[in-house]
Amino acid sequence: MLRRAIAAAAIIATATACAPPQADTSGDGGDRTTGQLKVWLFQETSNGPKEGVVDQAVAEFEAAHDDVTVDVEYLPVDGRASRFNGAFNDPDSAPDVAEFGNTDLAGYVASNGFADLTGDLEQWADAGDLVPEVLDTAKIDGRTYGVPWFTGTRALYYRTDVFTELGLEPPATLAELTTTARAIRAAKPDLYGIAVGGKYLFALLPYIWANGGDIARRDGDAWSATIDSAEARAGLAQYAELLRPDICPPAQCAQLTGSQSVAAFAGGKAAMTIGGDFNRAAVDAGAVKDDYAVVPLPGTAPGEIAPAFAGGNLLGVFGSSERRTLAWEFVQLLGGKEYQRKMYAAMGTMPTFADVQDEIATDDPFLAPFIETVQAGTRFVPATPAWTQIDAQSVLPTAVQQVATGQQDVDTATSAAAAEMDAAFAGS
Amino acid sequence: MLPQITPAAPGDRTRPARQGPQRGQARAAVLYLLPTAVILLALLAYPIYQLVVISFYDYGQPQAAGAAPLVFLGFDNYVTLLGDPQFWDVLGATVVFAAVCVVGSLLVGTALAVLATRASPLPRMLLFLAALGAWATPAMAGSYVWLFLFDQDFGIVNEVLGLEGHSWTFERFSAFGLVAAEVVWCSFPFVMVTMYAGIKAIAPEVLEAAALDGATATRTATAVILPILRPLLMIATIQSIIWDFKVFTQIYVMTNGGGVAGQNLVLNVFAYQKAFAGEQYGLGAAIGVVMTVLLLSITGLYVRTQRRAG
Repeated sequence: MLRRAIAAAAIIATATACAPPQADTSGDGGDRTTGQLKVWLFQETSNGPKEGVVDQAVAEFEAAHDDVTVDVEYLPVDGRASRFNGAFNDPDSAPDVAEFGNTDLAGYVASNGFADLTGDLEQWADAGDLVPEVLDTAKIDGRTYGVPWFTGTRALYYRTDVFTELGLEPPATLAELTTTARAIRAAKPDLYGIAVGGKYLFALLPYIWANGGDIARRDGDAWSATIDSAEARAGLAQYAELLRPDICPPAQCAQLTGSQSVAAFAGGKAAMTIGGDFNRAAVDAGAVKDDYAVVPLPGTAPGEIAPAFAGGNLLGVFGSSERRTLAWEFVQLLGGKEYQRKMYAAMGTMPTFADVQDEIATDDPFLAPFIETVQAGTRFVPATPAWTQIDAQSVLPTAVQQVATGQQDVDTATSAAAAEMDAAFAGS
Repeated sequence: MLPQITPAAPGDRTRPARQGPQRGQARAAVLYLLPTAVILLALLAYPIYQLVVISFYDYGQPQAAGAAPLVFLGFDNYVTLLGDPQFWDVLGATVVFAAVCVVGSLLVGTALAVLATRASPLPRMLLFLAALGAWATPAMAGSYVWLFLFDQDFGIVNEVLGLEGHSWTFERFSAFGLVAAEVVWCSFPFVMVTMYAGIKAIAPEVLEAAALDGATATRTATAVILPILRPLLMIATIQSIIWDFKVFTQIYVMTNGGGVAGQNLVLNVFAYQKAFAGEQYGLGAAIGVVMTVLLLSITGLYVRTQRRAG
């Protein structure tokens, strides 16, 4: 009897599920105008100011719409992949509006995760003031899937007290940066010359770009890795040169991420670091708050600025949302000019509207080096779903770590990375 | 539940029931087994079935979300996996790492069990409390505590040894060694309690007889105590192999997801990185299937030893 029961169960199981499960995306979300609007935003290191701004927007939105409540949940950035993927696979657990990083966009769009907002943006008068390069980071194949909420650009933070004491000038080239960093650690052995890390991709990328290389190239619909080109290798080698015992010892720095690098600088353990405009609050809360300044990260020749990565977060509407119009209205409110100004006041985040940027740049000298960097031209990672995989599998950080620890030379490490990237490009 | 120490009992006891084919008893047996069967089918058989099915498909995030068509790959995921030199490197590292952890926990556990039988009640109680504390600590908490102890700047270990700034997790072997020590720390109590119970269960008459026959302490240990304990030791070994082969939390937490450039990956973390970080659920499932087959073979060995012992 037991055997028969098992056999029956096995047959039923085989008959009902011969293939892996897939989310049913055939149903149209619908467009209800009442009820609860679910919103996902990222949890910041100190979330209070952000919550303050968002709470204002929620109150304003709820007052303007009858029978609508807005439920905001703050997600940790590190665990975002499992939450978003879960929401794509099970529309019932998905929010209506979400904040997400622009590097994740291609992967999310490949999962049909976000609604196409191209038409909505055309109807929105303010959208014309969005900085075009920034709006490009919200586009895949010409369609727009989000409103840029704020951008993030990185530049070179340095300790004014250390530089004055040692009679140093901020470096004018990347090569000079290396010698300056080495000189500082030689004079002050308890400081890292510069705090950067093996896992700090957005510090590595400007080095590759400044040396004339790139990590991948697009030919039509296909991508191919170029991290093994001579220029990219030179950039990676120059970056890995910083992870040496006489600048930032690999035992301490090989595993550092971006925020850990900034934390080391803020804690007074480093003479320089590469940090974003969004790191200002963290540095101002640290031990070096009165003794630092920021300049653009230099390029390979004096007067040049290394191209920065155009980071930033978008606000989008989930494809499975049952309240599409409401969701779009909330995105317009929270992502609009007024609340971008409030976000800047509360968090120091850089707005994405050109006129709002100009307004604040005139009376905030801190932002000058970042705006200078943006205006010198920014670059982006490959806008393909394969990038999510390459990023998640730490292909480039692994190459940097292998070079920094001396496990492999630059050519071997970058060739292996190129092979892995090409495999990811081919697979998607 | 402690396994039987004295030979023979379970098989002998059930044999008459099996020989007398009474319908009522068979039905009762089915009824008793039914809850277990339902739970096993729902929580084990079905997921494993899905795992195997997924491993035959190109199943990534777009496929799971229903945005891309499913493509049946057959054994392609397995071919990719077995052709990946990193897989063999990780498999080798997993085997060596598990072996070190097993030997470590057996040695420490047995030694402390022997110590416990010789100690007076108060120290014995303290020893058991300490061991149970380690046993009860969640793997996550234990890993972080060890990381703090061995922190390069603020750790008490570096302070005591005067190794300010030395990173224990940077070199491959040092990192594996540190994790192995933590795994031994949280898994020796099982061995200790098992062996202690085993030693305590040896009839005093047997030892007395050995003493009367003039056996030395060493000879008593090797010729009397060890043979009696062998089935227990076997079971503790195989249990430890299964546990230590599946270590995930300690490696993931203590080496930050697999160490510098993935040098500290073990099979379980490797599967997680492929499946969930890389969103290649199909390939990750293939690693899961390979691991399941490996562990099932070890479990088969376990069942056979138990039957032979019984």
